[in-house]
Amino acid sequence: MPVEEPGGKKSVPGGLWTKCEKCNEIIYNKELGKSFKVCPKCGYYFRLTPKQRIKLLLDRGSFRENYANLKPSDPLGFVAVQSYKNKVKQDQKKTGLSEAVISGEGRIGKHKVAIAILDFDFMGGSMASVVGERVTRLIEKAIKKRIPVVIVSSSGGARMQEGVLSLMQMAKTSAALGLLDRGKIPFISILTNPTTGGVSASFAMLGDVIIAEPRALIGFAGPRVIEQTIRQKLPEGFQTSEFLLKHGLIDMIVERKDLKNTIVRILNLFSS
Amino acid sequence: MLAEVEGLDFERPVVQLEKKIEELKNLDVNEKVDFSQEITSLEKKCEKLKKEIFGNLTPWQKVQLARHPQRPYTLDYINLLMSDFVELQGDRGFADDPAMVTGMAKFKEETVVVIGHQKGRTLQENMVRNFGMAHPEGYRKALRTMKLAEKFSIPIISFIDTPGAYPGIGAEERGQAEAIARNLKAMSELEVPIIVVIVGEGGSGGALGIGVGDKVLMLENAIYSVISPEGCASILWRDAAKAPEAAKALKLTAQDLLGLKVIDEIIDEPLGGVHRDIEFVGRHLEKKIKRYLNELKNLSVEELLRKRYQKFRLLGEFIEVQPSRKEKTEIKKEKK
Repeated sequence: MPVEEPGGKKSVPGGLWTKCEKCNEIIYNKELGKSFKVCPKCGYYFRLTPKQRIKLLLDRGSFRENYANLKPSDPLGFVAVQSYKNKVKQDQKKTGLSEAVISGEGRIGKHKVAIAILDFDFMGGSMASVVGERVTRLIEKAIKKRIPVVIVSSSGGARMQEGVLSLMQMAKTSAALGLLDRGKIPFISILTNPTTGGVSASFAMLGDVIIAEPRALIGFAGPRVIEQTIRQKLPEGFQTSEFLLKHGLIDMIVERKDLKNTIVRILNLFSS
Repeated sequence: MLAEVEGLDFERPVVQLEKKIEELKNLDVNEKVDFSQEITSLEKKCEKLKKEIFGNLTPWQKVQLARHPQRPYTLDYINLLMSDFVELQGDRGFADDPAMVTGMAKFKEETVVVIGHQKGRTLQENMVRNFGMAHPEGYRKALRTMKLAEKFSIPIISFIDTPGAYPGIGAEERGQAEAIARNLKAMSELEVPIIVVIVGEGGSGGALGIGVGDKVLMLENAIYSVISPEGCASILWRDAAKAPEAAKALKLTAQDLLGLKVIDEIIDEPLGGVHRDIEFVGRHLEKKIKRYLNELKNLSVEELLRKRYQKFRLLGEFIEVQPSRKEKTEIKKEKK
């Protein structure tokens, strides 16, 4: 389950204006902020950083991060063209995060929740030991405190540089969700662009309710791998949120501006 | 069997020598000439050569052995170790997936449910078996038969041998990711013993999709990896030809995985690989499966599930630094 690096995509430059990555429209940053980073012209969804996602979803000031004290090690001593250690340092600097997930507790419309947010900008949001451990601890804590779990995914899959240990995080997190089931505690899974590989093949597709943002790439294998395997071009709209909805694999597609409200409505129903 | 195929590059000298010995033996019988001395000396030479070549295999050579065209597949092990096999087919939803074999059989007088990926031996067979790459319905069929095992308190034995779950249009349309994810969760909760044996290729999520169990055994030259060495090389080295380097870096051999506690035990293979003597592996495997089944049967369901959860819960390596002062006060607050 390979992790595809964000291929040379420019990050949103500082300053007053941002160019849409899809339609090249020049957008006034204030306007982009108001639209939750959705292009007002073509509706393209810019990626949100975990901080922006927290601002979007959680009640103001309610977020408390946990398990920040878990840091990546290099269990295999992995060196390719670049060493794993260097890559981690580089992405820590780039994102300001210690790993590809932020976990914590907070409130969504007054509901206490345990929440994790994956960041694609940190090694493609890939899951290795720390991501698996933080997500698992979060679920275990949610069971203890009897609060719902919300996970926002954006990931290319399991991280190659920690080998089979990354793969095993799929089993670990899924087993924890099994315990959550027994506790009869709801899990809402939010899929954002992109969610593939070992993350989609574990916790991301195990939500009691699965919500996707519009036009996100969601699937098991990446489109390039599929094209290479079947040697034909993929149909238009293949592996998008809309495709998954049509095939019965997710519950709904929700616009970013309505996401918080939708989660609150669902949590209200679970809690009454 | 050996004479038909040239074999892998590195095993060719052995294969050729063995062929020669075979020829001499035939001559010996037919021509009534005594080659016995020559045969003995060649056999000695062959043993030495085998030790030289197979005694210290690189990870890449093990990858090749794990994919060897003569390597035994799931049905070979079922035939060898079990009797009265009855195949159960179909996921009861969409289709039967021949890349996954499931059924019931007798193992040492005891009924077991057996599941496993199935590769084809020939191209025609592989058209049907899809090279052992299952679609969602394969994983759903496996889950269906595992639920059947649970219903009747029958232990489960799972054989892993796949390049990976199939990456195709239909597989995505029918939820490959969901099918695997569901199995991971369900297998962690099944109230019967599960023994997993990685016999050939353990290809990523497609392998793990039937790979959660109480005991995970692995053949000496099998591999288990998050990604194929070729895939890894083409992404991280930008060159698929660097697969041998990737194979080494990924730590995908049985010896590596025992060290990482991902597997419980290595099943020895004869020098040069299991395809040279499947009975050898069969004897070991039979003993080990029997022992573990007996051990697991003595556990209460609670204990069985607790241990299975812990087994996977503990996997992964990370640094845990002391929580900061602020985090500590948070923790204290919570405890109150």
